[in-house]
Amino acid sequence: MISRQTRDAVAIRFAGDSGDGMQLTGAQFTVETALAGNDLATFPDFPAEIRAPAGTTFGVSSFQIHFGSDDILTAGDDVDVLVAMNPAALAVNLKDLRVGGTVVADTGAFTERNLTKAGFPANPLEDGTLGRYQVLKLDVSKLTLNAVQSHGLSTKEAHRCRNLWALGLMLWMYGRDRQATAQWIERRFAKRPELVRANLAALNAGHAYGETAELGSQVAAYTVAPAEAKPGVYRTVTGTEAIAWGLIAGARAAGLDRVVFAGYPITPASAILHTLAGLKEHGVVTFQAEDEIAAVCAAIGAAYTGALGVTSSSGPGIALKTEALGLAITTELPLVVIDSQRAGPSTGMPTKPEQSDLFQAVHGRNADAPLPVLAAATPSDCFEVAIEAVRLATKYMTPVILLSDGYLAHAAEPWRLPDVETLPRFPVAFRTDPAGFHPFVRDPATLARAWALPGTPGLEHRIGGLEKDHDSGHISYDPDNHQRMTRARAAKIAGIANDIPPQAVQLGEARGALAVVGWGSTYGAIHQAVRDARAEGHAVSHIHLRYLAPFPRNLGELLAGFERVLVPEMNNGQLVALLRSAYLVPAVGLNKVAGKPFRVSEIAAAIREHGDGKREAGSGKRAAGKERETGAAKRGVRR
Amino acid sequence: MTATTATTATTAQPLAPKDYASDQEVRWCPGCGDYAILKAMQRVLADIGARPERTVFVSGIGCAARFPYYVSTYGFHSIHGRAPAIATGVKLANPELDVWVITGDGDALSIGGNHTLHVLRRNVDLQIVLFNNEIYGLTKGQYSPTSRRGTRSPSTPQGSVEAPVSPCGFALGAGARFVARSVDTLQAHLVETLKRAHAHRGASFVEVFQNCVVYNDGVFAEVTERDVAPDRQLHVQHGQPLLFGADRRRGLRLKPGSLALEVVTIGEQGVTEDDVLRHDETNRILATLLASLEPPDFPAAFGVLYCSPAATYEAEVHAQVAAARAVGRADLGALLRSGHTWTVEE
Repeated sequence: MISRQTRDAVAIRFAGDSGDGMQLTGAQFTVETALAGNDLATFPDFPAEIRAPAGTTFGVSSFQIHFGSDDILTAGDDVDVLVAMNPAALAVNLKDLRVGGTVVADTGAFTERNLTKAGFPANPLEDGTLGRYQVLKLDVSKLTLNAVQSHGLSTKEAHRCRNLWALGLMLWMYGRDRQATAQWIERRFAKRPELVRANLAALNAGHAYGETAELGSQVAAYTVAPAEAKPGVYRTVTGTEAIAWGLIAGARAAGLDRVVFAGYPITPASAILHTLAGLKEHGVVTFQAEDEIAAVCAAIGAAYTGALGVTSSSGPGIALKTEALGLAITTELPLVVIDSQRAGPSTGMPTKPEQSDLFQAVHGRNADAPLPVLAAATPSDCFEVAIEAVRLATKYMTPVILLSDGYLAHAAEPWRLPDVETLPRFPVAFRTDPAGFHPFVRDPATLARAWALPGTPGLEHRIGGLEKDHDSGHISYDPDNHQRMTRARAAKIAGIANDIPPQAVQLGEARGALAVVGWGSTYGAIHQAVRDARAEGHAVSHIHLRYLAPFPRNLGELLAGFERVLVPEMNNGQLVALLRSAYLVPAVGLNKVAGKPFRVSEIAAAIREHGDGKREAGSGKRAAGKERETGAAKRGVRR
Repeated sequence: MTATTATTATTAQPLAPKDYASDQEVRWCPGCGDYAILKAMQRVLADIGARPERTVFVSGIGCAARFPYYVSTYGFHSIHGRAPAIATGVKLANPELDVWVITGDGDALSIGGNHTLHVLRRNVDLQIVLFNNEIYGLTKGQYSPTSRRGTRSPSTPQGSVEAPVSPCGFALGAGARFVARSVDTLQAHLVETLKRAHAHRGASFVEVFQNCVVYNDGVFAEVTERDVAPDRQLHVQHGQPLLFGADRRRGLRLKPGSLALEVVTIGEQGVTEDDVLRHDETNRILATLLASLEPPDFPAAFGVLYCSPAATYEAEVHAQVAAARAVGRADLGALLRSGHTWTVEE
């Protein structure tokens, strides 16, 4: 019997060549970990090149998973275990391994050639480079070949089973099941029975190696107990899945039986198109357009015709859609636009996350062209925010931009499934009554114009990009009318502030020395840093915005209750500028554009710098009982 | 040969052409060819019994793009070049609507060239009417992608040095299944051509020679003027010999030993009517040859150059949706529970 040590939380990074299957390995470890009941967060990180030259540092792909028996909010600052499938993977990732952490290295891949490509003058497994770490040197390549040799694979194919061997070992190390992975292997290679057998053999061999060997006292096995969680049915979910499903849920809530999703391939947004293309039974029509402009225009045409029109892209593609967004604003048609932000400008770093499209979303159009902008905070939050985007678009007859990013798109976390019967409903009412109709007749409460669909007798009308007369909908060049219409469009969007929840404080008091204000995928890192700082006695609160335009109506007052406001963002200072502009608050930014999420420690350092500079007297013992944010569910941005 | 489109719907009470006029004052320049095309369209809508509520005109930007405001159906005046994309979205959301795209040479072949290409190759069931006046009118007279080399304009004071694009040649190259050409001043021909386009199921492309009276007046005069028209206009009819000329004694035949057309005269050098090619509108190669004919050596070809129906894009898309719905349920709860789930007990 193996004796297992207990750990509260562990971060593992699987790293190898982009062709080594690290993303699949990480995803399967995630599934088994979720099924074991741990809370978790993941961070897949991969190069833009599909198959960069083997063995190079720029071709390294990695997948980090942070899991534990307590609340897990980020993928982890430093990793406890680094699985390095080759020297380049070690070279790129070693800096993130905590001192005393474990390196699992495939010695079979540490050839002279690979060492040279990775820039190692000597073998780091042998020369003392790894003196501060535990090193588990295993010839995974050879062990895998031995395990699969009876299955008739070519050497190249056999070599490609290495990742499953490594996965098997790691599943053993943390006492995880292999069943879901075995099922996945059977599905994935269903057409190649010999590959099913070989991959299963590799998986089992890795596991058995841990069980039977030989590792001795070198490396221990661990137990990470299940996390406490509210009763319910759970699954893991990525932001991509949650957005796709949220759009379907939103259409259902609006009573729209057709979703027309139009996109053009772009990293990292394409995955939403792929996901929805497989969900046609839900009334989804997907359209891979000839370009970004055609995608948004087709979505506008579909919205004009009564479907939920959706388009999705990343920063450069959103830029191309800009003119059409103006058309949707002036014709006042509902539209959901998803921006999976990535590092820029221009092509930038397509696979790396950033939050630098906030200005583009809020202000990036010609003329006075306001629209609502929402941001999702976590993978599962994407579901709620997508539904909310549909609600605002259809209720206010406006395009809505939903900001996600490359991190949220790929990252996974456990999600307690909502009861679909209790989801909000906001059925749309298409105009059918010709009496008193013109296309820009407005609902006095929302200022939204009527949604009158082609096919409706008696409501035939013409709309377009030219300015419309406020009282008839006909083309108008009247100066006073343009003033009036510009104000009407602005008032409609501004009024949404009265239809969204007032801004809540996610953690901490509603006034005090320091507010850390964030938006989007920085949620986990900010929340953890604020929680830690409060445990140390600092008077600091976390405020996380879902609504970036218009802002919640109480936001100015809320921020005014703090002596200082710190705004961490993965851009060069965009929300901080909007907040300063809107509320004249002396907010300061903490800005990171490194293509990687914030580390908790980076935000913690800024809190110390901008905080009260002292611990609150007598409150240092807070650490004993970890604070939970208020609110019904664990995750998501509280309102 | 042509399938009647499912979007043709007959009104209970027949409407007259004037019933398809909107209440908006038409604002084209006096003498503009667009008036004649609007008149022809209103006649077509009456003749086909178009139901105003089921008919949608989508346009981009340009003089032609104002067209939807003047028709009493649904209309969407969109942004420059994008009408085919917007129309595609309309058909994806509601394939039952009868959609016309109104565009011009700059709108369809310059800024919107990409969308024109793709709406044609996808074969979305709609009609595209391209008003070709070989000039940018609304922006005050710059040369356009169909302007002939040497066109003097505000942006080309010494004459343009660009080779023009042939709209019908472009459409055929893009894979259009229906390509036709007409002239604003040939009212009866235009009406019949538009009706054929409407009857075609799939993307129909009609180029209309349209005179811009202000910036490019008479640009088609060498084809349209009454005195030269018989010799400069070849009106093609499926199955009929390719004859033209006042006495219809001139014709086209394949040049022996070459994939090219030549003009022959019946009765000269032993040529009889049997030597003249008969129009086959299902022949893309012939259509391509006809589309490229230009004065002075050849007459310009008018009528349905090519018509060969195929499955439409939106029909196939919706067939896939229907097939998915036949085997799967639209059950959101089941969707959320797909894959691996686990339960935390009370």
